Amino acid sequence: MDLKELDALAVAEQRDRAAFEVRVCTAAGCLSCGSKSLIAALETTLAGRGLADRVRVRGVGCMRLCCEGPLVSIDASAGESTRGSRLFGKVDAAQAPEIVGAIEQGPGSSNGLQVIDPDGPFFAHQQSVVLEHCGLIEPERIESAIAMGGYRSLHRALHDLNPGEVVEQVTRSGLRGRGGAGYPTGLKWATVAKMPPGRKYVVCNADEGDPGAFMDRSILESDPHRVLEGMAIAAYAVGADQGFLYVRGEYPLAIARLDTAIRQANRVGLLGSAIFDSTLNFRVDLRIGAGAFVCGEETALIHSIEGLRGTPRPRPPYPAESGLWGHPTLINNVETFANIPVILREGADWFARIGTERSKGTKVFALAGNVRRSGIVEVPMGVSLREIVDEIGGGPPGGTTVKAVQTGGPSGGCIPAELLDTPVDYESLKALGSIMGSGGMVVMGQHVDMVGVARYFMKFCMDESCGKCVPCRAGTAQLYRLLDRIERGEASRDDLGTLEELCDLVRHTSLCGLGQSAPNPVLSTLRFFRHEYESRVTDPGESPSSAVPAESR
Amino acid sequence: MGSPVEDPLIDGMTTERAPGGDDRFRELDAAMKRHRFRPDALIEVLHTAQELFGCLGPDLLRHVARGFRLPPSHVYGVATFYHLFTFIPKGGHTCTVCTGTACYVKGSDALLDAAGRLTASQSGSTPPGARISLDTARCLGACGLAPIVVFDGQVVGQISPEELTDRVKGWIDHGS
Amino acid sequence: MAVKTFVLDGQFISAREGQTLLEVARESGVRVPTLCHLDGLGEVGACRLCLVEVNGRLMPACLTRVAEEMDVRTQSDRLRRYRKQIVELLFAERNHVCSVCVANGDCELQDLAMQLGVDHVRYPPQEPECAVDLSHDRYGIDHNRCVLCTRCVRVCDEIEGAHTWDVAGRGTNARVITDLNQPWGDASTCTSCGKCVMACPTGALFHRGSSVSESAHDRETLHALIVAREEKRWLV
Repeated sequence: MDLKELDALAVAEQRDRAAFEVRVCTAAGCLSCGSKSLIAALETTLAGRGLADRVRVRGVGCMRLCCEGPLVSIDASAGESTRGSRLFGKVDAAQAPEIVGAIEQGPGSSNGLQVIDPDGPFFAHQQSVVLEHCGLIEPERIESAIAMGGYRSLHRALHDLNPGEVVEQVTRSGLRGRGGAGYPTGLKWATVAKMPPGRKYVVCNADEGDPGAFMDRSILESDPHRVLEGMAIAAYAVGADQGFLYVRGEYPLAIARLDTAIRQANRVGLLGSAIFDSTLNFRVDLRIGAGAFVCGEETALIHSIEGLRGTPRPRPPYPAESGLWGHPTLINNVETFANIPVILREGADWFARIGTERSKGTKVFALAGNVRRSGIVEVPMGVSLREIVDEIGGGPPGGTTVKAVQTGGPSGGCIPAELLDTPVDYESLKALGSIMGSGGMVVMGQHVDMVGVARYFMKFCMDESCGKCVPCRAGTAQLYRLLDRIERGEASRDDLGTLEELCDLVRHTSLCGLGQSAPNPVLSTLRFFRHEYESRVTDPGESPSSAVPAESR
Repeated sequence: MGSPVEDPLIDGMTTERAPGGDDRFRELDAAMKRHRFRPDALIEVLHTAQELFGCLGPDLLRHVARGFRLPPSHVYGVATFYHLFTFIPKGGHTCTVCTGTACYVKGSDALLDAAGRLTASQSGSTPPGARISLDTARCLGACGLAPIVVFDGQVVGQISPEELTDRVKGWIDHGS
Repeated sequence: MAVKTFVLDGQFISAREGQTLLEVARESGVRVPTLCHLDGLGEVGACRLCLVEVNGRLMPACLTRVAEEMDVRTQSDRLRRYRKQIVELLFAERNHVCSVCVANGDCELQDLAMQLGVDHVRYPPQEPECAVDLSHDRYGIDHNRCVLCTRCVRVCDEIEGAHTWDVAGRGTNARVITDLNQPWGDASTCTSCGKCVMACPTGALFHRGSSVSESAHDRETLHALIVAREEKRWLV
């Protein structure tokens, strides 16, 4: 494959557009609402009305507003571009005739379908960088990705830049790891690149284990080639020839789409030997996780790829120096890799102009919970939580108010409603005792019990603890018991002291990030919602039942 | 463990003869061979084994250990570390309630209660094919549709305890 | 071989490149508590008792190699607090009853408790279900006394080579197991060498037929075997 062939594929695909294109979301959420049968029904209806050559139905990826799935967009084409899109939600297969009718009747008609304004606040406040092609391309056809520019950045890297220049672009962009830790990506790449030449690996961490997070899933199901391209560019930059994409086993659709994408890329020579007639040989193998949150931790992930129990090991040495089978290994998150092609296309300086001083670019969030509009959201770093929750999310459902917003999953914390003007960037969230995390953002209404939330996350950490180190294994179990008793009103004031002492131990002495961040939800809720703990504990000498309000006795 | 090393004896040896010539063992052996018996392919092969046999068990693990030339305790340790591997045969139907954060905030506890009451009502004499297994999932990644329950692989979002009860009762009433 | 100079508890110390802080501390007569460490076995850094402050950061002494300009503190209020909590967590985690234990008086967990001044356990006992396995003709295992240090796993893998022991399950459900979680007596890979019993810090692994306080962990034989294996010197 050379650039001419790539362009030819792109042009052929771009020309192959019908007068009307109907895009139906086939990411996991919408699929579970029946979008596959909807597609079949649309094709049948169109064939029946003799419209099959004027209207094309395409199964595309995530169209963001997951709570209104299945989502359907009707695009009228003008040559090779789109002129006007109409968006419909909660479209049932039985409504296929109405969709076809809406095409025939033109803009303004809705036939009882649920119309969604594609320029409404949910979409208008977002900035699509990582997700620029999600919902537009068909994830199961490489031609679709190539038509929208896929693999051109890889060509540019291989033919216009040397590996050092690629690393320099990534460093100058200011991109930081999107898996949660926010480590400067360029620095990580530089470290691996500087290791002596020899066997090196590139690993994509797609073990999105945070409950409440589905950003990586959406990217993998909607634009898998983007991630593969990012990995290939990384391989060129650091000198690796073998890649692993570690996907959690709970994502069968993402696995299937990735498998298809890798095969297609192999077949046309965009992965494998002498890519674009360069010296880069890079092959990618899928590795499937088997249900262990701890395998999202870098060293545990490495052990899992090596076929071992997924227990972490102390760092240093860091994977960049000694990773898979002792070789230098670059590990980055899905979203981090998905940023690479656009950074190379638009330039590091363009990217660095988005976001804040220390948090560049955009971030993809999974907005869910007690909020009117939930789904996938991409915003520039620095946007306030309030804008995301109220403007994009539409605020909590009628009549209720927000109590807190949880970010960072089991490693994160709760930001109370009074602080919703906090900008979303790495430093601001950390200062409030939470973290950016991988992007899970759960809105919590007034009915949510914050001690219950702390207990919920501690149970998760206890169940997912690998069991290797004492503070995490035994500490999370004791913390869970304490939180459970506090929640039930059976704890004393002394127990609160023990709780805080244990949090300190687990945070500072655990072997890996799982244990070290397990106390975060507790510490965060103690900081902002201490009264919920205090009102439930008894002073020494009192009987436990006196902590329970009189009305509920 | 160091880098995977080529074992010059592999091609000359065959794996242990499959019990009873079971087709599933043949497929499993083919999977191990496809991975060239590299020890790092253990988890991939355990996935395949579970897909073929429904669940893992000591005989199956011993067969895999022999194929890979790995210590049995190592294989057992790996198989029991990962939540997706099970040693319990699944019942005729599986109801999986997602307990992710968004689902929790939107009432997964009520769904678990309802499902728990229904599955507890199964008697010990319920035949295996008609048994309903209740399972929980950490997070299925479809939080925009919270709360979620999976019925035999079919994901149902924005579900109420009443709808869950109807569906599970439907399984019970049909007797299988 | 290069020499590294660093500060250990306020004193300048020189050490050989590649040595761990634990090795240097011991050579200098500085006591750092350990549990999952056993001379001659690979380090895992799991018990977290050997954590020391290196330039203000907590690092496991067993795995941290000496470097120039390190400022290492092995004692502080914070470290003392953490070490006590870890030992108390272990006592509360399983069912440790010293008075009826074969290793009473010859137990590293007991020794740690005494050295660190642990006189009570502030955490409620977890009281997990733990089995006792007496199926082997020479040895027994009582999981109530196990602290999951994995020394048995490592000695069987690294020194004997049989790899009979491994860890199954996760978190508080983790248990050491033989072969396919079979009774030890049915584990065909076991060579009955007894090294795991020598390596065990508590009374979890023991010689059958021994009673309360009768265990005598034969560390010398184990140490001699390791030296023989690695250095080809036989300490007779």
